[in-house]
Amino acid sequence: MSIMDWAWLLIKILIVIGITMLHVAYVVYFERKVIGHMQARMGPMRVGWHGLLQPIADGIKLFFKEDIIPSNADKPLFYIAPVISVIAALASLAVLPIWEAFSIVNINIGLLYILALSSVGTFGIILAGWASNSKYAFLGSLRSAAQVISYEISMGLSLVPVILFAGSTDLVDIVNAQVKYPFIANPIFIVPFFVCLMAAIAETNRAPFDLPEAETELVAGYATEYSGIRFGLFFIAEYAGMFIMSAFITVCFLGGWYGPDAWIPWLGFLSFVPNWIWFMLKVYSLIFFYFWIRATLPRYRYDQLMGLGWKIFLPLTLASIVVAAVVKIL
Amino acid sequence: MSVPQFFFGYFAVMLIGLSIMVVTRKNPVHSVILMLVLFVHIAGVYLFLNAEFLAAIQIIIYAGAILVMFLFVIMLLDLKKEVTERRFLKPWPLGLVVAGTFMVFITAVLGKLTVFPEPGKYSIDRIQAEGMMMTIGKVLYTEYLLPFEIASLILLVAIIGAIVLAKKRLE
Repeated sequence: MSIMDWAWLLIKILIVIGITMLHVAYVVYFERKVIGHMQARMGPMRVGWHGLLQPIADGIKLFFKEDIIPSNADKPLFYIAPVISVIAALASLAVLPIWEAFSIVNINIGLLYILALSSVGTFGIILAGWASNSKYAFLGSLRSAAQVISYEISMGLSLVPVILFAGSTDLVDIVNAQVKYPFIANPIFIVPFFVCLMAAIAETNRAPFDLPEAETELVAGYATEYSGIRFGLFFIAEYAGMFIMSAFITVCFLGGWYGPDAWIPWLGFLSFVPNWIWFMLKVYSLIFFYFWIRATLPRYRYDQLMGLGWKIFLPLTLASIVVAAVVKIL
Repeated sequence: MSVPQFFFGYFAVMLIGLSIMVVTRKNPVHSVILMLVLFVHIAGVYLFLNAEFLAAIQIIIYAGAILVMFLFVIMLLDLKKEVTERRFLKPWPLGLVVAGTFMVFITAVLGKLTVFPEPGKYSIDRIQAEGMMMTIGKVLYTEYLLPFEIASLILLVAIIGAIVLAKKRLE
């Protein structure tokens, strides 16, 4: 690789991380507004026009808050836990193809790479809970570990039909396999898509699967003892994780950067819209769906959560793999 | 020193150093975290050998599932007692001597070996043309079908055993 290639790589990394950070700040605002309006409130209104500067104010506040460490905490692990979460989240960005010519790197195990990093991210949460030396945090982290392991299996299996139909684990190949129609338009993919969507919510510890940080039982779960910017890092990891999971589902089921103009002939006049706009539209619809579910559904009970993962999602995905394989052979 | 040599040296030194650190830590949770770093480095070695599928599986299975199980079990132990107790059994110098002698023998033997006298049929070019997953899948389901099925049967026995042990006795 020449110097220019390296420079272009560096610029791409800076663009993607910069955009993700801005996204994290404003998706929090978006969430507060959406949930506010769903509950007939206004959401943030004070800082700037309709509260537009609220995320920046929140960020500055978090950054300058005192960093408190519990007296009997395991210091090295307490320091490193949020960093693991953030690294795992940001490293996943490297393989996401936003449009055909734009992913930081293009590797032929992109799909497995994202699954691998999402499982490494769990360590941040488990260690945070253990290192805080607090019962609430510890319970939260144990719940998180069990939940993520259970749902990771359903998630991984729900992606097998995608690999079967695309014939590759390269994310760019997967999107290119959907040039005729997005996978979700095929009835075989309805079950895997649904399971993958739910498992993604459970993997990112969001409502209604947010038992690791259930306020009513565990204060703030694994993040109870964290304050200031360390808490902020967990926050960044969670919202970046939402973005990554949404982008991942977009790539695997919703046809990535291809817009309706590629699939439906009479929508051809839309072809002037740049590819990345379609991609972002799909990602933000999924993120809106996350918020919608959070505002609508109450939290699951723990045994219901485990039962759902193991007794419903797992058999469903296994059945859908068999169906997809049979259809593929025919 | 060329770039591949530099990377191999880095991974070799880190793997040995991390393994020693894993067994010498007093706190088992710290050991598990060092093991996570160790597994990431092993994945790095796989990548270095053009085996990117194995690298991803290494992280997903070992780091993502097995190590989390380890953490689960360790967190349920009485760590306060564990940390104060002595780390090794008394006759550890004897073990060191045995292991050292073994290592000397192995290095002596390895020096005499001709590695891969003739290239096998799975060359790097072939694997890259066919795809790592495709190659592994084909080999597992044709040449090694019987060992593969036996392995899955053993795992099934383990699963049933775990259920029998965990199940409450019904009157």
